[in-house]
Amino acid sequence: MANTLGELERAVMDAVWDATEPVTAYDVRDQFETAGRSLAATTLLTVFSRLEKKGFVSSDRSVRPYRYSAVAPREHHVAELMHEVLGGSSDRTAVLERFVGSVSAADAATLQQLLRTEDSRG
Amino acid sequence: MWPAVGVPEGAIVVPHGVVVWVAMILWLVSLLLAWPVPVWFSRAGWPMRAPVIALLLWQGVGLAGGFSMIGALALTGLAVAPAHPWIALIPAAAFAVYLLAHLGVTIVQVTQQRRRHLALLDLLTAPHPTRARTRVLDDEVPVAYCLPRGVGSVTVLSQGLLDRLDSDELVAVIAHERGHVEQRHDLLQLAFRAWRSALPWFPIARLADAEVAALVEMLADDHARREVRDEVLARAILQVGAHGPGAEAAASGSTRASDRFKRLSR
Repeated sequence: MANTLGELERAVMDAVWDATEPVTAYDVRDQFETAGRSLAATTLLTVFSRLEKKGFVSSDRSVRPYRYSAVAPREHHVAELMHEVLGGSSDRTAVLERFVGSVSAADAATLQQLLRTEDSRG
Repeated sequence: MWPAVGVPEGAIVVPHGVVVWVAMILWLVSLLLAWPVPVWFSRAGWPMRAPVIALLLWQGVGLAGGFSMIGALALTGLAVAPAHPWIALIPAAAFAVYLLAHLGVTIVQVTQQRRRHLALLDLLTAPHPTRARTRVLDDEVPVAYCLPRGVGSVTVLSQGLLDRLDSDELVAVIAHERGHVEQRHDLLQLAFRAWRSALPWFPIARLADAEVAALVEMLADDHARREVRDEVLARAILQVGAHGPGAEAAASGSTRASDRFKRLSR
């Protein structure tokens, strides 16, 4: 269930990012409807309020229905994510476990040596 | 024996001299554990052949170091002010609280960062078409990592990684990440990270943190080596590590970090 909600948030956020101006829940509902996905406007409002709480959208409440816009462009968040993944291997915050960081030339030579030995063995 | 004034009947009175001696011994132990032992240990060659034992030993050194320091502070306090045990124990208690507070703060920080990261993953990555709890990040940079979260751990693979690796190499990467998750390496690293942030001026904290980080990579590699041959894992490491950003400028890491690669070739 949590997973489906996550997928819905992603779809709604994509709609917000793709739009050129602020959108309402009804805009998104109509857009989904065209794409063959039927959702109630109330469901979308719940999704919007979750996204707002997480700081991904802001709402203009001076008009009804409320208009939502992205707090930052998609690329900004991708950069934030990649920064956390790639950033400062010396002071990682134990948030995530990377497979391998950048391999130094000396370490790469060690590994290539191993691969050559294996090749020659057949 | 001097008359025990104010000591309840039957209470065990420890002679003052014993308190002083034990305090001095504990100071010596904590000093050894804070400096020469971890330095010697981090230079030893055997941990790359026995990473599990090395990890246990680091945990032992860390715990014994902390407790000996708390004990030394407590007994020193009692040696200085034997008449006022409550006041005498304040430095030891303060130090214990300081260490625990750092652990608490580190746990809260990491949990918040993971929650934020997960929220970003929800919006920016697609679920892997066939693998459960695996998400695909649409980026050319070849990266693989996992976000350990107890039951809700997520593995993230970038599109660049999927394009670059063959299926065996991908098995190696995923088995490596699963090793981290199944063996709860995140908890171990969290404890040593907290230890390091609490005692930044102690060689033990910095060394232990770096050593533990390198050793858990070896354990995760061993997890992968049960499923793939060494050269497959080596190829995967080269594909990811030698093509990522900053690969040209990558400085040789610590000896222990390099050990991870050396042990594949024997």
